[in-house]
Amino acid sequence: MSNLSRRRILFGGAAVGAGALLTACTSNTPQENTQVNTGNEDSNPNAAPGTKVVIGFSAPAADHGWIAAITNNAKAQAQAYKDVELRAVEAGADAATQRAALATLIAQKPNVLVMLPHDGKELNASGLEAMKAGIPVVNLDRAFPDRAAYRLQIKGDNFGMGIAAGTYIGQQLKAKGITNPIIGEIPGIDSLELTQERSKGFVEALASFGFKVANRRPADFTADGGQRAATDLLQALPKIDAIWNHDDDQGIGVLAAINQAARKDFFMVGGAGSKAAIDAITADNGPLKATVTYSPSMASSAISLARLIGQNKGMSDLVELQVPKEITLASETITKENAAQYAKLGF
Amino acid sequence: MTDQTTKASLPAQSPPVEPPPAPAGQRQSPANWFKGDGAEPLRRNLGLIGVLVILVIIGAATRPELYGDATWVKNNTFTILQQASAIGVVTVGMTFVIIGGGIDLSVGAIIAVAGVWSTTLATQSYGTMGMIFTALVVGVAVGLINGVLISYGRLVPFIATLAMMVAARGVAAQISGKQTQVSANTTINDIASTRFLGIPLLVYILALVVAAGWVLLNRTTFGRRTVAVGGNPEAARLAGINVKFHTVLLYALSGLCCGIAAVMLTSQATSAQAAMANLYELDAIAAAIIGGTLLSGGRGTIIGALFGVLVFSTITNLFAINNLSTEAQNMVKGAIIVAAVLVQQFRYKSLTQLLGRTKS
Repeated sequence: MSNLSRRRILFGGAAVGAGALLTACTSNTPQENTQVNTGNEDSNPNAAPGTKVVIGFSAPAADHGWIAAITNNAKAQAQAYKDVELRAVEAGADAATQRAALATLIAQKPNVLVMLPHDGKELNASGLEAMKAGIPVVNLDRAFPDRAAYRLQIKGDNFGMGIAAGTYIGQQLKAKGITNPIIGEIPGIDSLELTQERSKGFVEALASFGFKVANRRPADFTADGGQRAATDLLQALPKIDAIWNHDDDQGIGVLAAINQAARKDFFMVGGAGSKAAIDAITADNGPLKATVTYSPSMASSAISLARLIGQNKGMSDLVELQVPKEITLASETITKENAAQYAKLGF
Repeated sequence: MTDQTTKASLPAQSPPVEPPPAPAGQRQSPANWFKGDGAEPLRRNLGLIGVLVILVIIGAATRPELYGDATWVKNNTFTILQQASAIGVVTVGMTFVIIGGGIDLSVGAIIAVAGVWSTTLATQSYGTMGMIFTALVVGVAVGLINGVLISYGRLVPFIATLAMMVAARGVAAQISGKQTQVSANTTINDIASTRFLGIPLLVYILALVVAAGWVLLNRTTFGRRTVAVGGNPEAARLAGINVKFHTVLLYALSGLCCGIAAVMLTSQATSAQAAMANLYELDAIAAAIIGGTLLSGGRGTIIGALFGVLVFSTITNLFAINNLSTEAQNMVKGAIIVAAVLVQQFRYKSLTQLLGRTKS
């Protein structure tokens, strides 16, 4: 008898909760904020519609905000052009699946191929194959070792990102007159080359001020990983002057950890330039004072340049008749002073 | 501490005779107490306690200026416990599954689904209770699917939960649209920063789950059945236990623990995403195993699993305060897993011999 009534209570509770679950199912259209060049035909002759260009696109299916922004940006930029048709294929979870996806894409003979490879070395052969088939390849962010495997490479500057962060921290501490500062670093996944380059740049920039990193706790580009790494870092260093966190997405967790430990003795610099980070810098009510960019807007630029390559045009401000072979974006430092300018570039 | 005194008293021990049962009300000598049933968890986990003590001594020796500060030591202890809290809760569920003869490789993925589902904008609009309820229900539901696939679909637990690990991460990525979902619910976010009587709330949650797990395993028919099912499923079935249904319950319990951990992690990170709780399955399994749980099932302890988690958490802390690389940390972690199990086996055997084979 008591058993029965207990069951009823359970079912009652389940029914109430089912409502919450059902609505959760159909929820969450993510706020798409993409960084698109909408073009202006008067000032830029290249913006006028030209011959139709079919662009093949492939990027990894990652669970990180940055990669999601890359794909969203590419799609949005392609839509902004009347003369571009984008054929996007999901590249799956590893290099092998991306290679297979690219093979089918190349067989469709697009005019230009834009890809963000899982790993530049592992997908070098796919780049070569496309180039041999007469399809110009635009490599996005992860370079191929073979220069014949791409027509254009556009990427961010990881080393420069470290330099920018180190320089900002050095200048701030110098201005405050701190001679022997305690600096913490929270990188992303440590085994990645991009992480090592960022750290190398950071260390070099700090060295030019005579500073060094006191403690370094790698996270894994996730918010909960960032929270754990930051908690360890704060525990290890009872007094800190500055922290550089490589990634704004994991920075959500880093800021949470700082808040949970109720620490106010330092300032923090972020990395990548997410919308949340730029908003926090503008509001200026927490430890985050600056972030150094590694912007997914490069995907939009890659589509624009792929279009120009497909139409056999150059960049209108340059003398050359063709798009250059390599473009490395500068890592910019976003502070409270210039945050308004960057607000629309946050992802 | 207790472990130090008991160790010191060992050489003084006379050749063992049948130890007289201590009459009620009379004070037991430490040696007798150590042989009694009450000290069973202590005896069993002596290896791990030893490792913990050694780790703390190394910490104090390498960073004396930090360990000299009493406030820092107190805070550090809470930090270690806090870092162990979410994974500790998962390990309790994992221990039940392993004792019951199974394995759950999907715990990290279940946390991701539960965490992501409970932080969608729609779920957040239902408030704190809606979010917690969703996380728990999603956890239990995924656990139930695991259990049904294994019991009634006759899938090997390793394969079924491996498939769930992949699929659940996919579901989490689908729901979240690969974005990090920030929790705007301050009540949830405050769980991680709240302290009650100076002790973090997360530590209470861990203590509560461990206590509940201990009672469930050692003082209820459910616990006895779990051991029976894991030890010999055929004998358990002949003894009248509904082995299949019990197995389903075990995976649901693991799912529930994942749901709780999802809320804790969401609170700590003030957000959830599809990649959260990365590799938690391996940490939980390792903690359960070095805590003395047999991978083949039928034997294991909740207290041991807790010590396993604490050892990992303390190692991470030790490497952090000395600014050592994570590569070195992972190597030492692996070595300590092996060492802890070896020491434990050796210690347990030789001690019981020394103390007169109180147990066969």
